[in-house]
Amino acid sequence: MEIFLQQVVNGLVVGSVYALVALGYTMVYGILGLINFAHGDLVMVGALTALQTMMFLMGVAPGMSPMAMLGLSLLVAVGVCMILAFLMERLAYRPLRNAPRLAPLITAIGVSFLLQTLAMIVWGRNYHTFPQLISTTPLQPVEGVFITPIQITIVAVSALMMAGLILLVTKTKLGRAMRATAENHRVAALMGVDTNLIIASTFVIGAALAAVAGVMFASNYGIAHYGMGFMPGLKAFTAAVLGGIGNLGGAMLGGIVLGLVESFGAGYIEQATFGFLNSSYQDIFAFIILGLVLIFKPTGLLGERVSDRA
Amino acid sequence: MNELALAVPWLGKRNPLAARWVVVAIALVAPLIAISFGRTWVRVIDFAMLYILLALGLNLVVGFAGLLDLGYIAFYAVGAYTTAFLASPHFDVHLPIYIVLPLAACFAAMAGITLGFPVLRLRGDYLAIVTLGFGEIVRIFMNNLNYPVNITNGPQGINSLDPVILFGWDLSQNLQVTEDLSINSLFLYYYLFLGCVAGAILFISRLQVSRVGRAWAAMRDDELAAKAIGINTRNLKLLAFSLGATFGGVSGVLFGTFQGFVSPESFSLMESIAVLTMVVFGGMGNIAGAIVGAIVLSALPEILRHIAAPVQNALFGHVILDPEVLRMLLLSLAMILMMLLRPAGLIPAAARYSHIKHLKSKGVTQ
Repeated sequence: MEIFLQQVVNGLVVGSVYALVALGYTMVYGILGLINFAHGDLVMVGALTALQTMMFLMGVAPGMSPMAMLGLSLLVAVGVCMILAFLMERLAYRPLRNAPRLAPLITAIGVSFLLQTLAMIVWGRNYHTFPQLISTTPLQPVEGVFITPIQITIVAVSALMMAGLILLVTKTKLGRAMRATAENHRVAALMGVDTNLIIASTFVIGAALAAVAGVMFASNYGIAHYGMGFMPGLKAFTAAVLGGIGNLGGAMLGGIVLGLVESFGAGYIEQATFGFLNSSYQDIFAFIILGLVLIFKPTGLLGERVSDRA
Repeated sequence: MNELALAVPWLGKRNPLAARWVVVAIALVAPLIAISFGRTWVRVIDFAMLYILLALGLNLVVGFAGLLDLGYIAFYAVGAYTTAFLASPHFDVHLPIYIVLPLAACFAAMAGITLGFPVLRLRGDYLAIVTLGFGEIVRIFMNNLNYPVNITNGPQGINSLDPVILFGWDLSQNLQVTEDLSINSLFLYYYLFLGCVAGAILFISRLQVSRVGRAWAAMRDDELAAKAIGINTRNLKLLAFSLGATFGGVSGVLFGTFQGFVSPESFSLMESIAVLTMVVFGGMGNIAGAIVGAIVLSALPEILRHIAAPVQNALFGHVILDPEVLRMLLLSLAMILMMLLRPAGLIPAAARYSHIKHLKSKGVTQ
C-alpha cells in the first residue's frame, strides 16, 4: 500500500511536468498541425539558462534569498525561451508554412538537434548540478510515503500555470483569436485576425510553459544536461496524443496519466516479469502507449480530431 | 545508372555515358587516392560506402514510398547484433558469412514487417514519431538485455566479431601479393562494400521503374487516389518497410564484421537522423541523391575534423568545437537550410518535382 501511494505521488509529480510541456505541443499542433520536435529542447534551454542565471546571481549578490533567486532566474529562463521560440517560428517554420508536410517536420528535427548542439557548445557535455533552492527534505504525510516540498511546489505551480492558460484561451481576446486560427487560418484572417501574430504567440506561450517545466524538472532531479530535454519532450508529445492532440484539457490529463503509468510501470515491472525486466526499461512505456493509442484510439482520450493527417 | 551519371556536374547532362564511366572510375580508384592522404581516409571511405548502403535503403522507404521512418537504425542494429550473436565468441557460435548474412537480412525484414503492421494506418508525422519510438525501444533493449540473462552484453557491447571470410579468404588480413607488395585489408573491405553498393544500385534502379516502384510513387503522391485505382497500399507499405529494413540489416552485418565490435551507442537516434539527413540533403526519391548525400555528409565531418582543429588552435589557442559537436552542427544545419533553401535536395528527383516547375511557369506556386 505504501509503495502504491508513493508511486501515485511520484507519478503525479512527473505527470504534471509532462502536462506542462504537452500543452506547448498540443497548442502548436492544434494551430499548425506541426509536431514541434524542438519544443522538448526548450525545456533543456530553460533549465540551463536558469542555472546560468543562478550562478551569476550567486556571484553578484550572495546574500539574496533563495526564493528571489529562483524567481529571478525563472524569469530570465522564460524570457530566453520565449525569444528562442519566436525566432524558431519566424526563421524556420514560417517560411515552410505552405510547403509539403514533410518539410517542416524535418526542419523541426533539425532545429531540435541544433538547439542541443548549441547547448553543448555553450554549456559543455557534462552533467551540471542544479542548485536545489527549495528544500528536498522529505515530509511524511502518511507513514512510509515521502513527499518533498519541491514536489509539492511542482504540482502547485503546474496547476496554477494550467489554470492560467485555460483562462487565457477561453476568456481573453487573444485566446479567442487563437481558437479561431486553429479552426481555420484563412477564415480567421478574413475576420481581421493577424494570424501570423497569433501563431507566433502560440509558440511563445508554449515556450514559457516549457521553460518553467525545465526549471522544475531540473530542481527535482538536481541535474541539468544538454540532452535532458529530448526524452521528456517525446513523452510530453505522447501525453498530448494520449489526451487527444489539439485539446488543452487532454494534454493535462494525458500528462498525468502518462506520469502515473510510468511510475507504476517502473515500480512493478520487475514483479510482473519475474525479474526479467527491471526499472531501466522505464522509458519504453511512453512509446508503447503512443503506439497503442495511435492504433486503437487515434483521437486520444478527449480529442475529436482525426489522426490521418499527412 | 543514368541518374547517377547526372550527378556529375556539366558532363552528366551532355554526355551521360562518359559521365557514367567517370563515376565508375572514381569509385574504383577512390581508395588509391585516399591512401595517399593516410590510412584513416581509406577507413572514412569504407564507412562512406556503408552509409551509402544505409541511405539507399532509407531512401526506398522515405523517398520512394513516402513513409517517414525515424527508427531506421533499429534494422541496422538487428543486422549488427545478429552477426554478433552468430559469429563471435560471445555465445561461441561461429557461423560463416554465407549463413549470417541471409539470416540477418531475414531478421531485419521481419523486424520491418513487425514495425510495418501496426503503423499501416499512420502517415506523416505520426508515423515518424512511432517509428522513432520503435528505434528507441530497440535501443533500450540492447542496452539492458544483459540481466538476468546476458544476451546483448548491455552498454559494453560485444567484442571480436568474426571478420568476413569469403571462400577461405580472410578479408581482415592484408593480402600478400608478392614479397613486398601487400594490399591493405581496408582496401579489401572497400571493394566488398563497393560490390554491395553496386548491386544495390542496380536492384533499386530496376525496382524504381518496375510496377512496384511506380505503385510506390503513386501511393506517395496521393494515397487515396492510389487506393482508388486498385493499388494494394497495405502490401506496398509492408514491402517498403521490409525491403528498406533488409538493406539496413545487410549494412548492419557489414558494419559488424568490419568494425569487429557492436554496442548500443552506434545505433542511437542520432544515427537515424544522420542517415535521414543524408537522404534529404541529396534529394529524396533519388538514387544519386542518396549516394551524394551519404558521401558528402559522412566525409565532410572527417575533413572538417582535420581542418577545424588546427584552425581553431591557431585562432583561439584551443579547440572549441570538437569533431562530434561539429558533426551534429553540420547535420542539423544541413537539415534546416536544405528544407528552407532547396527542399528537393542537391539532386532533385526528376519525376517528383517536375510538376513544380510546370506550376511555377504558370505563375502558381505551391
